[in-house]
Amino acid sequence: MSHDTLLVFEVTILVLAIFLGVEVISKVPTLLHTPLMSGTNAIHGVVIVGAMIVLGQPDKSAFTWIVGFAAVVLASANVVGGFVVTDRMLEMFKSRERPKKPDGT
Amino acid sequence: MSYNLSNLLYLITIVAFVLALRFLSSPAHARRGNQIGAAGMILAIVVTWLKVGSTSWWAIALAMLIGGSFGAVAARRVRMTAMPQMVALFNGVGGGAAALIALAELHRVLPPPGAPKVDISLGIVLSALIGSISFSGSMVAFAKLQELIGGRPITYAGQQFVNGALFIGALGCGIALVGGVQDEWLLWVTIAASLLFGVLFVLPIGGADMPVVISLLNAFTGIAVALGGFELENNLLIVAGMLVGASGTLMMARAMNRSVANVLFGAFGQVTAEAAAVAAGDGGTVRSASAEDVAVMLAYAHKVVFVPGYGLAVAQAQHDVRQLADLLEEKGVEVSYAIHPVAGRMPGHMNVLLAEANVPYPQLKEMDDANPEFSRTDVAVVVGANDVVNPDARANRSSPIYGMPILDVDDAQAVVVLKRSMNPGFAGIENPLFYNPKTVMLFGDAKESIMKLVADVKNL
Repeated sequence: MSHDTLLVFEVTILVLAIFLGVEVISKVPTLLHTPLMSGTNAIHGVVIVGAMIVLGQPDKSAFTWIVGFAAVVLASANVVGGFVVTDRMLEMFKSRERPKKPDGT
Repeated sequence: MSYNLSNLLYLITIVAFVLALRFLSSPAHARRGNQIGAAGMILAIVVTWLKVGSTSWWAIALAMLIGGSFGAVAARRVRMTAMPQMVALFNGVGGGAAALIALAELHRVLPPPGAPKVDISLGIVLSALIGSISFSGSMVAFAKLQELIGGRPITYAGQQFVNGALFIGALGCGIALVGGVQDEWLLWVTIAASLLFGVLFVLPIGGADMPVVISLLNAFTGIAVALGGFELENNLLIVAGMLVGASGTLMMARAMNRSVANVLFGAFGQVTAEAAAVAAGDGGTVRSASAEDVAVMLAYAHKVVFVPGYGLAVAQAQHDVRQLADLLEEKGVEVSYAIHPVAGRMPGHMNVLLAEANVPYPQLKEMDDANPEFSRTDVAVVVGANDVVNPDARANRSSPIYGMPILDVDDAQAVVVLKRSMNPGFAGIENPLFYNPKTVMLFGDAKESIMKLVADVKNL
C-alpha cells in the first residue's frame, strides 16, 4: 500500500473515531463522569504501545534508548494507575443493597 | 508478528475500549466495562511485545515494572477526595510519553537523505506540542489541587501577550520543521516553549474551573496520542487517542456553559472590583443558627434536599450525611441529593464520594432534575458548597461566574448553609445566598456540624 493510501485510511478512521467517541460518551450519565474521565485517562495509556515500539527499535542510538525508556515508564504509570483508579471508583457503584425501610414509618 | 495480524489484534483492543466506554452508561455494568478495557490493553501490550521481538526486551520489562508499580501504588493509596489530582497526574504522564515518542521519532527520521513525509513530521510536531502542554499543564493542575501552590488565580501584567508569544514560538518552530528545515533543535524549542506555555496557561485558572481544565488536558493527551499514531502509522493509537480526545472535549463543553476561550483566557476567578462592590452592596446581615434549630427544621420537613460540595469532601463528612439522611427518612422525610455537575473538583466527583458512603444512586439527582424540585422543597441543606449555589451566576452580569448553570437552592422554603466561616469559596467569589433572608448559616466543620445534627435529630 502506498504511503498516501495509508494516510487517507488513517484520516478516515480518525474522523470516524471522533464521531464514535462523541456518540458513546453522550450516553454516559453525569453520575459516572469521574469514572468516565479516569477511564478515558486509562485508555490513552495506550500510548505505551508507541513507547514500546520506540524502545524496541533495533540499532538505536543512546538518545533513543533514554527517551524510549522514559516514555515506557511514564506510559505504564498511566496505564496501570488509570485502570486501577477507575476500578476502585466503580467498585463503589456496584451492587449496593440497602436495607429496605420498614413499612409505615 | 506480521503487520496485518498485529493490526487485526489491535482491532480487538479497539473494540474492547469502545465497549469499556459503552458499559459506562449504567453503574451496574460499568466495572465489567473497565475490566474489558484493561483486558484489551493487556492484549495490545502482548501483541506489541511480540511485534517488537527480542530487541531490548529487558529494558522494556524494567521500564514497565518501574512505571507500573508507581502507578499501582499511587492508585491504591489515593483517597477518593484526592481523585482529581491523581487523574491529572496520570493524564500528565501520558502526555509526557507522547511528547517523548515524538522526540525519538524525529531523531529516527531526520538523518537520512530527503525530508520526512509531511504528515509524519506534522504528527511529530503537533504531538510534541500538545503532549508537552498536557504534561506541564497537568503537573500544575496537580500541584494546585494538592494545594502545593495556591488555588487562587495567579495573574500578572502582559500575561496573555507572553502566553501568545510562547505558543506562536512553539508553533513557528514546528512549522519550520514541517516546512523542511531539518534541524532537531527546532523540536527542542517547540517542546520547551510548550512546556512553559502549559505552566503559564494553567496557573491563572482559578480553582472553580479545575474540572474544565482537567477535561481539557485529558482531551489534549488523547489528541497527542492520536497524532503519535500518525508518526508510527499505528491505527490503535489513532483510534484510541481520538476516542479520548473527542470525549474530553465533549465533557468539557458539558461541564460548564462557558466557552472554552472564556475559560482559558479570561483569568477566571479574578474578582473584579465591580463584582465585589455589588456583592457587598446587597449585603445585609447573615443569620446564624444552632444545630438544635436546624435539627427541628429538618425533622419536621416533608422534603429535604442535600447539596454537597467540596467542603463535604475535605471534611470526609459523606458518611455522616448519609447517616443523617437515613435518620430523616425513618421520620418520614423525603430525602434526595442535588449534585451539580462540577461539585467537587472534577466532573462527577461528588457522585463518587457519595457512592463511597453507600448512598443509593437513585437518590442522587442531576442538576436538570433537581432544579424544578427546589420550589417544593422545605429545606435545602448546602454542605460545603459555595460557587455552585451562587445566585450571582444567574443575576449579576459583572460576576466572574455569570452564566454558569447553578442549583437554584434559593427556590426552596428555607436554606441551611453549613460552612466553616464566611470566607469566600475556592474561586474567591462573594455569595449573596448567605445574605438571603431565607438562609441560615450553621458555622463549623462540616463533619462536626452533621454529627451534631444527627445527635439532635435522634433526641427529638
